[in-house]
Amino acid sequence: MNSMIYKKKSPLIVFLVPAFLFLIVYLYYPFFQNIINTFMKIGGLGRAAEGMNTPWYENYRRLLTDPYMKTALKNTLLLTLCTIVFQVGIALILALLVDTIRVGAQFFRTVYFFPIVISATALGLMFNLIFLYKGGMVNQVLLSLGKLPTEVKASGKVLVEWLDWKDQAHFLFTMFMPVMWQYVGFYFVILITGLNNISQDLYEAAALDGADGWKRTRYITLPMLRNVLCTCLVLAITGALKVFDLPWVMFGAGMPENQGWLTGTYMYDQTFNKMNVDYGSTIAVLIVVLGVVLSNVANRVFRPSEDI
Amino acid sequence: MNTGRKTVPQVLTYLVLGLWAVTTIYPFIWVILNSFRKKGLIISDSFSLPLGDAFTWDNYITAWERSDFKNAYLNSFIISGTVTVAVVILAGLAAYGLVRYRFRGRGLLYSLIMAGMMFPVFSTIIPVFRMEAVMGIAGTGNRWLSLLAVILPQIAGNLCFAIIILMGFIQSVPIELEESAYLDGCNVFKIYFHIIIPAAKSSFATVAIFAFLWSYNDLFTQSFFLRYPQERAITGLLNEISSQAGVNYGLMAASVVLVVVPVLVVYVCLQKHIIKGLTAGAIKG
Repeated sequence: MNSMIYKKKSPLIVFLVPAFLFLIVYLYYPFFQNIINTFMKIGGLGRAAEGMNTPWYENYRRLLTDPYMKTALKNTLLLTLCTIVFQVGIALILALLVDTIRVGAQFFRTVYFFPIVISATALGLMFNLIFLYKGGMVNQVLLSLGKLPTEVKASGKVLVEWLDWKDQAHFLFTMFMPVMWQYVGFYFVILITGLNNISQDLYEAAALDGADGWKRTRYITLPMLRNVLCTCLVLAITGALKVFDLPWVMFGAGMPENQGWLTGTYMYDQTFNKMNVDYGSTIAVLIVVLGVVLSNVANRVFRPSEDI
Repeated sequence: MNTGRKTVPQVLTYLVLGLWAVTTIYPFIWVILNSFRKKGLIISDSFSLPLGDAFTWDNYITAWERSDFKNAYLNSFIISGTVTVAVVILAGLAAYGLVRYRFRGRGLLYSLIMAGMMFPVFSTIIPVFRMEAVMGIAGTGNRWLSLLAVILPQIAGNLCFAIIILMGFIQSVPIELEESAYLDGCNVFKIYFHIIIPAAKSSFATVAIFAFLWSYNDLFTQSFFLRYPQERAITGLLNEISSQAGVNYGLMAASVVLVVVPVLVVYVCLQKHIIKGLTAGAIKG
């Protein structure tokens, strides 16, 4: 693997320095500053710290005891799991299927990406209308199928018991579904690019050996996709941990009844609405720590052993 | 494409693919239809065709007249175009270096990039804002400096993702290609430009698409740095319209269409490049 071309290390400076310079100044330093902020007392946005918290670990103590934080964590981990299983799963199935067809493959590639192109503000508004309590699309479909209890009053008026898709029993579905749906196309594009990078010679050799169909998928496609799949997995985990915009547009601050927090929305709310800048910074630190730990676990389990 | 794979009956394949396509196309059609619908009809009847009495151009006229779309488009393209170019150049070089060289600290750099992907933008934005204010970039009221103030953190925010993606693809380029080029007298930079980039062309296009889209749709950073009307970028404009429009969903839908159309055009253009990169067959042989 380590070819003689790459024995001389000096060109590395040209390759690595520009990118890492950017990252240090605009990502790592600010994040480091953010960690310092977690020990400080900060009165509001853009204000300087008023000094250390008493005790200095106050925000971390609060993090462990905050019941909303526990809810947010539980929801977010569930979302992460759903993301891995459904988002990457559906994307993989769609990518494998598109790879088998000739006519229309280009069409599917193009349209599966549409939800990512549309901004979250617009998607949030759309899903709000689809799941609307009174007369939303889903409820209207259910009504026409006769799935909603109705009561005909003496006056001839029909009373319908609409289903509240944002109540305690349904909000998880209503919140997760759009988030997962939006990014299936994202993993699809990555996977389809990976599929196309697999050499045709491998398939031809396999065909000569009499392997076809499922065997080809199982013994050539999936192993060759392993690197790309692993990338998808890491992206899905880190993406799910900081999901923010769609749930925020649809549910706002922790609806219903503080059951609907995610780590991303809770952090935003604490920082920008409640002006607990230091506590918000602490939640951000937790999100990063969780992401590093979870994606390392994913890498250990799935990444081919020869490389990082 | 692949030859002679007939494991799943074709009809079933198309059925599954078609169903998913409906879920991704329909919302877009829904928004377009409602952008032509008369005020007030969207809540009561948003799923039919806006024909006859229900049809109107008013939403577009109002949207265009009330807000400075032209200027916002220009700002958005300056921001997102610069971000895309910078991300592709910087991430390509870094990913190549990280994949092909073995050196001390490589694992650490990789972990740093992974960690960098997890930083929620709201956790870095406050320190970044303070820093840029000290540098004299942010909050000056100068339009070009304000655009730069958005561009710089957006480049950094997209880099980690781009490096991870490109690393995955550069890894799968057979090293034999590079070795034979080296024997022919190429140095590493030539190898990078003549072997790696053509071989991983499709993934470079993929990274470019994502960098452009995220930059274009990133309301959060925009609303933080672009505070004056002449600085406003397109997503910020949409947000402003939606907060002013209240229940005027028609106006909102029209604005959404105006915001989405340029992105779709860019996406479809780059999509062609992806296909070119895929069929070039640089990896074969």
